[in-house]
Amino acid sequence: MEAIAKGKVFLLGKNIDTDQIYPGIYVEITDVDEVKKHALAGYDPEFVNKFKPGNIIVAGTNFGCGSSREHAAITLKGIGVGAIIAESFGRIFYRNAINLGVPVITCKGISKLFKEGDIASVNIETGEIKNQTTGVIAKAVPFSPYIMNILKNDGIKPMIKRQLAEGLIQQKG
Amino acid sequence: MHAIEKILAAKAGVPQVTTGEIVNCTVDVAGINDVYLQTVRSFYEMGAKKVFDPDKLVFFFDHYAPCATTLQANNHRAFREFCQEQGIKNLMEVNEGVCHQVLADKGWSCPGEIIVVTDSHTPTHGAFGAFSTGVGATDLATIMITGKLWFMVPEIIRINLTGKLPKGVYAKDVILHIIGDLGADYAVYKAVEFAGPVIKELSVSQRMCLCNMTTEMGAKACYIQPDEITKTFLKEHAVKHYDVYHTDANFKYAADLTYDVSGLEPQVAIPSSVDNVGVLKDYENVKIDQAYLGSCTGGRTEDIAIAAQILQSKHIHKAVRLIVAPASKAVLEESMAKGYIKTLLDAGATLISTGCGACCGIHQGMLGDNETCISSTNRNFPGRMGSTKGKIYLASPATVAMSALTGRITSPVTEI
Ligand code: SF4
Repeated sequence: MEAIAKGKVFLLGKNIDTDQIYPGIYVEITDVDEVKKHALAGYDPEFVNKFKPGNIIVAGTNFGCGSSREHAAITLKGIGVGAIIAESFGRIFYRNAINLGVPVITCKGISKLFKEGDIASVNIETGEIKNQTTGVIAKAVPFSPYIMNILKNDGIKPMIKRQLAEGLIQQKG
Repeated sequence: MHAIEKILAAKAGVPQVTTGEIVNCTVDVAGINDVYLQTVRSFYEMGAKKVFDPDKLVFFFDHYAPCATTLQANNHRAFREFCQEQGIKNLMEVNEGVCHQVLADKGWSCPGEIIVVTDSHTPTHGAFGAFSTGVGATDLATIMITGKLWFMVPEIIRINLTGKLPKGVYAKDVILHIIGDLGADYAVYKAVEFAGPVIKELSVSQRMCLCNMTTEMGAKACYIQPDEITKTFLKEHAVKHYDVYHTDANFKYAADLTYDVSGLEPQVAIPSSVDNVGVLKDYENVKIDQAYLGSCTGGRTEDIAIAAQILQSKHIHKAVRLIVAPASKAVLEESMAKGYIKTLLDAGATLISTGCGACCGIHQGMLGDNETCISSTNRNFPGRMGSTKGKIYLASPATVAMSALTGRITSPVTEI
């Protein structure tokens, strides 16, 4: 994870559910390179063609509500989202994203501070969000130390892998 | 402390917990459904070789059951191999049904337990006084390796239901009304408890429906204090000893709401969000192409019984297909033994295999462009059951059956 994310903003509404982020019809696909081709296909089938790695998603409340399918977080990581800033998140999506090392940043009122195409920069550690286009600054809800630790490890997989290798987690058999 | 907090404290091995604290808890039942091959992938990606305890894991073949594509079939194959390799006995094959119903039928949903499934509707098991919540694949893989998972102790909201449910109005109408009132994000990160005199009258099936749909207001978990109805059910089903926890009298809820259900009329959620809810009578002119009876929300024996009662010796509208997906094998068997399935088939219904069916838009009853469906399921997002141009209205099983009969959204009140 980069400490600072900076990129062009794609502005989405509230209650963007996981069926819009990753439609059910594609869940049987498990290969990441294929999964990423359908990012936000239920919202806008052309989204993946417009989105560039490092771009930032800004959304209203309850982003990622709905199903627990990890595909939703995998697909957004796959297209290289720099950060997702929303007023609030569906909690399973939130956990999935953190586990994959995707910075999901909660900031009340954020969707009113950006227009589509503005440039945003986010300091993941301090939670400072800046609209580079308008100069407006906002402050995100800080991550708990537990979650920050997972993000700093680039997600939970490298973290557990290390703990297993160091014998901090005992494997049976 | 609240009963939920006491469960979390007990499973974390600490005397008490407070709201907002992160605790690492032992998980009693961890379920993986067939959409989550990523669980197995993450398990190996993290360098693990052996699961922590094969007997705490249950695999469910429900979303694809039985497989419609080779890709799905290959996913199932990979799961079967994994279970074999790891000595996991609890593999619920394609005939068993939807994970949540199977957990209840087989007596795995018990009070005081922590139940975690790779499925967002896991709060369903709050109907039995468990702390149960949905997670994604990598969280579940962490449980497979360590037997534990971290949880943030949630704020808890109490919803008291008072009055008396009118005829033809069900738990589904109550929860749709509440979600419509509070909004899809009202309970994000929070737990919801249902209490009050109405709850004491509700069957286990209706309680499961209520808890199941708290997911649609963002809830992390749900809770109903176990009582005689719970215990009677568990006497027949529970496969293990369980502990019932009680909330302290001085516990302070984050919100304490009351709904009087006495005057409630049948409700519908209107496309395309679950909190877009209206009184059914305002939508009675809406023509339907498909009526769908099934899922972990509205596919239990009681639901099929009410549909059979409505459609007894009648035939559905000729322009409508009625798809019936019993939630589990036990539901199917009981519904057959009681004659409900025959009644529905005689009325023109199409019976599909037990499992998720078309509820999540994978197969068995998908909607075409501009088609309208009335459904006893829990989500009406664009594309949830097929075409993004399809329209899904959510309602009670009684409303679904009644609408199948007339070809339009129709209130069941006069028929019951
Ligand atoms: S029946 Fe529908 S809501 Fe329930 S687990 Fe299956 S897909 Fe999910």
